[in-house]
Amino acid sequence: MSRPELQAPPEIYYGDTEAKKYTQNTRNQQIQRDMTYRALELLNLPPDQPAFLLDIGCGSGLSGEILDEEGYLWAGVDIAPSMLEVALEREVEGDLFLHDIGQGFGFRPGSFDGAISISVLQWLLNAETSHPTSSPPHRLHRFFTTLHSAMRNPSRVILQFYPSSDDQIQLITSIAQKAGFGGGIVVDYPNSKKAKKVFLCLLVGGGGSQQQVPQGLQGDEEHDSKAVFEKRRERMKSKHGKRKSVKDRDWILKKKELYRKRGKEDVPNDSKYTGRKRKTQF
Amino acid sequence: MVRLITHNLLACHAKDCNTNNFPLEFKDIQLEIREAEFNSDFLKGFMPKLEWKALVDTARQLGDTSLPLEQPEMVDDGFLKSLHHVLLEIHVEEGSMTCPNCKHVYPILNGIPNMLLAEHEIG
Repeated sequence: MSRPELQAPPEIYYGDTEAKKYTQNTRNQQIQRDMTYRALELLNLPPDQPAFLLDIGCGSGLSGEILDEEGYLWAGVDIAPSMLEVALEREVEGDLFLHDIGQGFGFRPGSFDGAISISVLQWLLNAETSHPTSSPPHRLHRFFTTLHSAMRNPSRVILQFYPSSDDQIQLITSIAQKAGFGGGIVVDYPNSKKAKKVFLCLLVGGGGSQQQVPQGLQGDEEHDSKAVFEKRRERMKSKHGKRKSVKDRDWILKKKELYRKRGKEDVPNDSKYTGRKRKTQF
Repeated sequence: MVRLITHNLLACHAKDCNTNNFPLEFKDIQLEIREAEFNSDFLKGFMPKLEWKALVDTARQLGDTSLPLEQPEMVDDGFLKSLHHVLLEIHVEEGSMTCPNCKHVYPILNGIPNMLLAEHEIG
């Protein structure tokens, strides 16, 4: 199956059924959780200081719940109404907006102490119509410039996304830099195929010397998240028993009977040795 | 779930609508009061970001007159309590917000404002 962002625009892809499925999937929940915690870590907010955050592409509030737990106040924007509906049902604390981030934000300058975005930016890389305002560079430009002005100085924006090529990363970072952001790409577990995660870590202000782009995590991912299903597979196997051979004694007798009826010569006689396995003798 | 805290940050983002586009004006609204956890540090930290006049005007329009017209120099507990109530506990559930400049209407349904723009309004 191809990537979701290639199948349909987000507000259509995440319709009622897909929004429910996405939110109830425990694997999705776990991944979103981990990435939200990692994004908060990269955000590096001063401890014990309440902050007002922006969740870009908040969806059904999986990441918002963690912001609630951590005691942050937040506002979230998303383009899929069905996802926001699920978020309402889940009673997240933040303010929700139905908003196309490619159209730019209307927030006043300096509104937010930080912003996170989990698995969203790749959705901006497809043009839905041929209108000039729907080309990916235009939408990215609009997104980053308005986001930059909405952020407090100094602050950080952490955007996790799934690029499908280096060109996409190039495009996104160059537009972000033009919009006035510092910072760059942080890659966690760069050598792992599954655990590899790309974060765009954007810095607002701070003169460069005070704010450094953090290091990505190295090595392998922790092992506890692997091979959870082995036991279940074992159980399934024992339930159905050992698979029966198709060419058993009955089958052989049936075939021989058939050949005799057709008048074939030299069909071996039936005996107690028919269909038995030969002894392993040397 | 539009609270006044986000309303106070929100300006119109339609094309060429750059002046006089704040604050968005509430119309035909239904309110809901939901209690929230009081956090004085957050409020103190957030005070410099507020557009005070817009906040007080909107609060009065929604029927809450507990805030003084001028932002006070000294903050006491009573003031913070009423600020907390206005910012975080009043939720606008239904209605609309209108830009004072370009008159674009952002409808609010189920507590979620629809901020989508038509193609010709995108900057």
